[in-house]
Amino acid sequence: MSEHEEHTTHSQGFYIAIGVGLLIGTATTVGAAFVNLGPFNPVVALLIATIKAIVVVLFFMHVKDASEKLAGAVVLSGFFFLAILISLSLADYLTRSWR
Amino acid sequence: MASAVIPANQAPKLNYLNNGHSLRSWLLTTDHKRIAVLYLISVTTFFFLGGFFAMLIRLELLTPQGDLMQADTYNKVFTMHGMIMVFFFLIPVVPAVLGNFLIPIMIGAKDLAFPRINLLSWYLYIIGGILITHVMLTGGVDTGWTFYAPFSTEYTNTKIVEAGLAVFIAGFSSIFTGLNFIVTIHRMRAPGLTWDRLPLFIWSNYATSLVMVLGTPVVAITIVLVAVERLFHLGIFDPRLGGDPVLFQHLFWFYSHPAVYIMILPSMGVVSELIACFARKRIFGYKFVALSSVAIAVFGFLVWAHHMFVAGISLYAAMIFSFLSFSVGVPSAVKVFNWTATLYKGSITYATPMLYAFGFIGLFTMGGLTGLMLATIGIDVHVTDTYFVVAHFHYVMVGGVLMGYLGGMHFWWPKISGRMYPEGWAKLSALFVFVGFNLTFFPQFILGYVGMPRRYWQYPPEFQVLNVLSTAGASILAVGYLLPMIYFLWSLRYGPIASDNPWHAAGLEWKTTSPPPTFNFEETPVVTWEAYNYDEIPDKELEAPVAR
Repeated sequence: MSEHEEHTTHSQGFYIAIGVGLLIGTATTVGAAFVNLGPFNPVVALLIATIKAIVVVLFFMHVKDASEKLAGAVVLSGFFFLAILISLSLADYLTRSWR
Repeated sequence: MASAVIPANQAPKLNYLNNGHSLRSWLLTTDHKRIAVLYLISVTTFFFLGGFFAMLIRLELLTPQGDLMQADTYNKVFTMHGMIMVFFFLIPVVPAVLGNFLIPIMIGAKDLAFPRINLLSWYLYIIGGILITHVMLTGGVDTGWTFYAPFSTEYTNTKIVEAGLAVFIAGFSSIFTGLNFIVTIHRMRAPGLTWDRLPLFIWSNYATSLVMVLGTPVVAITIVLVAVERLFHLGIFDPRLGGDPVLFQHLFWFYSHPAVYIMILPSMGVVSELIACFARKRIFGYKFVALSSVAIAVFGFLVWAHHMFVAGISLYAAMIFSFLSFSVGVPSAVKVFNWTATLYKGSITYATPMLYAFGFIGLFTMGGLTGLMLATIGIDVHVTDTYFVVAHFHYVMVGGVLMGYLGGMHFWWPKISGRMYPEGWAKLSALFVFVGFNLTFFPQFILGYVGMPRRYWQYPPEFQVLNVLSTAGASILAVGYLLPMIYFLWSLRYGPIASDNPWHAAGLEWKTTSPPPTFNFEETPVVTWEAYNYDEIPDKELEAPVAR
């Protein structure tokens, strides 16, 4: 393949720093699980997980530097189908009369 | 054979089959055509393995008593039948064999975008296949192919984790194939081959690939969650640990219903090619048929909970999913109506591939219409987990997918092997398949409707007549499936040598040699014509495929 190599713009150290950041995120998730935040425990865990996922998509998957619109379309379609999974599942969970 | 004499100016050229004969040249190949042949051998093996389990099921159900095997053994037999047929045959069969072989050639490319990933996907499939075979030989699994929790996570002591790993690995094979197809179709089309000139087989495989890439990771994660709950007792699906067993079904069917479209869409693409060629007409409403593939892929993601109407989902959700399930009937009907409209005033030839295409249309229509019955909540509640459902999905998966696959195999066999198959035997086997299929599965509609549940190894004596018919049909069907394997193998050595375009068909794959050279074309073709330009192609001699 003779495609443009967008990911050469970042140094190895940059990716190591991102990786360390992700590990810190994991440690924070584990730490937060031991603090009783009531209903906010899952909210905090999901917030950290979402931030980590965004970092992975933007940097490790090189979406931030991708010049092609197609890359954006691929990422958006992934999130679109995830949204379908969550929203239609919630159509069940939120309307169960026996909850 | 006298007709197999090759004229001097047509001496055997270097092609993908004779370009290296060592085992290494096959096992380390990156040629998409050779990988397709590797897949052909592998999926055929698994098809006959899955078929063996099907025959055991039918033999057990020949009599009302559970006399051939124990109940637990029967559970394992239908589970292995389902797992092998779904994950190791139906999902890969058309994309990995016909898609792999044809997509680059049909778009005028030298290979897929990532040839080594293509080989990797075959190896992953094989690793998954070895694992599932190991599971089969060392005790099997008894959950059904659906791995329903909490039975799979808590109660059964069969090899869930290993079987899940096999499916997980085969799933990545599927993802890689889909990814390869998407990139190839976007980036490697020949000059002039715009999206609205693409063969419909390409459109349907493109739509399939979207489902493979977007859906398969979900089932992979779901299987990991089953393993995590089973091994580490983390509460995900078990209510006692704070989980929800219905969540498993949501996650599982989010992939596994679209998986039906992974199976059927490529076969629909095959049928479009066959109908156009053997009716000598451009497909009626080409753009609608093309876009209906994408619509099926998208709508297919919105209907999963119709598998769960009696599983405890809310009535509100059931109504939404019932309505959405009807919507997927629209693009499916667009295809069926447009195929039949294409036949109108067509110059129809009843060659074997066309017989399979006709079989597909009839059987898929019955499978699809009974699907609409099952999307209706009231009927579904009545027939859930009965043989009505079994008959419905076999009409779609076997009557649809396998008919399309066999039609495609006969159509492109001259291109794949460079040889013609015996037409008389092929027509006979098509007849066996059609008659055997209907005799096997139509009685199951009645059995289910009058209340015979699926997945039981005993049944009340009043159901025996229909079960005997079904088992008799299965034996005819088995002959119908064995015959093509025998005469395809026979034709490799004794079949008349095929011309480059024995069907006088449109499409770039018929403009290269049979079998094609390693890089498909001597020169990159430039496309200046619309798809299915049959009005510009003479169809002389079509009745008797050219042998030289």
